[in-house]
Amino acid sequence: MLRQTPLYEAHVGLGARMVDFAGWNMPVQYSGALAEHHAVRNQAGLFDVSHMGRFEVTGADAERFLQRLACNDVARLREGQAQYSALLNNEGGFIDDIVVYRLASQRYLLCVNAARREADWRWLEAGAFGDSKLVDRSDELAQIALQGPLSTKILQPLVTADLASLPYYHALACEVEEFPTLVSRTGYTGELGYELYVPSEAAVTLWERLLEVGRDKGLQPAGLAARNTLRLEAGYRLYGNDIDETTTPLEAGLGWIVGWGTGFVGESALQRQKAEGLRRKLVGFVMEDPGIARDGYPVLREGQVVGKVTSGGFAPTLDKSIGMVYLPLDGIEPGTSIEIEIRGKRKRASVCRLPFLRRG
Amino acid sequence: MSIPADLMYTKQHEWVSIDGDTATVGITEYAQQELGDIVYVELPEVGESFEAEESFGSVESVKAVSQIYMPLSGRVIAVNEDLADAPEIVNQDPYGEGWMIKVEIIDPSLVHELMSAEEYENYLKEEAG
Repeated sequence: MLRQTPLYEAHVGLGARMVDFAGWNMPVQYSGALAEHHAVRNQAGLFDVSHMGRFEVTGADAERFLQRLACNDVARLREGQAQYSALLNNEGGFIDDIVVYRLASQRYLLCVNAARREADWRWLEAGAFGDSKLVDRSDELAQIALQGPLSTKILQPLVTADLASLPYYHALACEVEEFPTLVSRTGYTGELGYELYVPSEAAVTLWERLLEVGRDKGLQPAGLAARNTLRLEAGYRLYGNDIDETTTPLEAGLGWIVGWGTGFVGESALQRQKAEGLRRKLVGFVMEDPGIARDGYPVLREGQVVGKVTSGGFAPTLDKSIGMVYLPLDGIEPGTSIEIEIRGKRKRASVCRLPFLRRG
Repeated sequence: MSIPADLMYTKQHEWVSIDGDTATVGITEYAQQELGDIVYVELPEVGESFEAEESFGSVESVKAVSQIYMPLSGRVIAVNEDLADAPEIVNQDPYGEGWMIKVEIIDPSLVHELMSAEEYENYLKEEAG
């Protein structure tokens, strides 16, 4: 039985095509994946991301607890600030990549991937200590992402706070319409945008209100297909594809989220990996020959298979086929020629820097 | 759902238009709708020959890749070059400008194994059922 977010009926009412995503019945597209992608790059798009998990950590030892369980330096977080981080296993591999919000001095909110909700919860519960309390708020809160260059214009009339004073990776508790909402300037598209954490019972009202207010500005509901092409262009890693329990932040090019010296789980493994030297690293590539490189396709260099595509697809804004792959360290210079095996045929591609696209 | 009466159809949702010993092949309205936005079409070279039911190319949408199969045995005499730069034509006009290849039919007896428009419509209903 697939799980549904509070917005399920709204999606069906909008004519969305629904698919199973990590056990959730989610909209993959409404009008069409390309139109939704372009709407987010040029105007704005509205996503239901309520399938993600939302955990709250409170107590006098909440900071120490998160300093131990999450790899980024939690002590650097001020109230109202958000931080990209990860839960790692003892080998330094990703349990999940997460966003940590410091809501108050002893109160944090973690946003985790849908497919990892249960795994993360078990890992956090097992690691809890002292005066720290873990509460699963996933069901009582819905999460709506408004993304695109016109997001501020669309959202501002509905909120009590001044959005212009909210910097990137900051969040603020305010009212959207009359509902208590955490407005966060974050997203997974590479565009200016917001994620709204709202009471589940307010989700439908806010969703419909936003679509109504944004209609004349070109706002469109956007599904998982557009979410994936947008995040791929922006070079954001996808858990389960580009990162998992066997890959580390150093290999994934996410060394900037490692808070060295904070004593997090996995730190000694990462120190060892750093001292011994990396063997592979996640890079981007662009197809030179026609064809689309999809997840799992073999990647070759000088005739030898050296990896497989972790995420690949057509990039609508770039009008190119792009992808990501872990490559041995001696062949990751931008411009290096590689080949992707597409249904038995080898097609030329070249290594490039991440992200593919740099925007707002 | 548009299913032109003058075309023949396959279970893999290709359509065939037969004119003498030449067949024009594309994918149906239903197929393009199921695929969603098409972003790449891979077609064979002129001169290549394929057996009936053999894959002669692929259609890629944002989300997925799907093979296209030969409705009849034949030799490719033309491919729709416009699809290389504008694959979205297949979404917009699957039975017209979105045609994919023209083939010289090698074995005309196989034509009788294709579905008529009415049979294809019933087949779609059964599939949905």
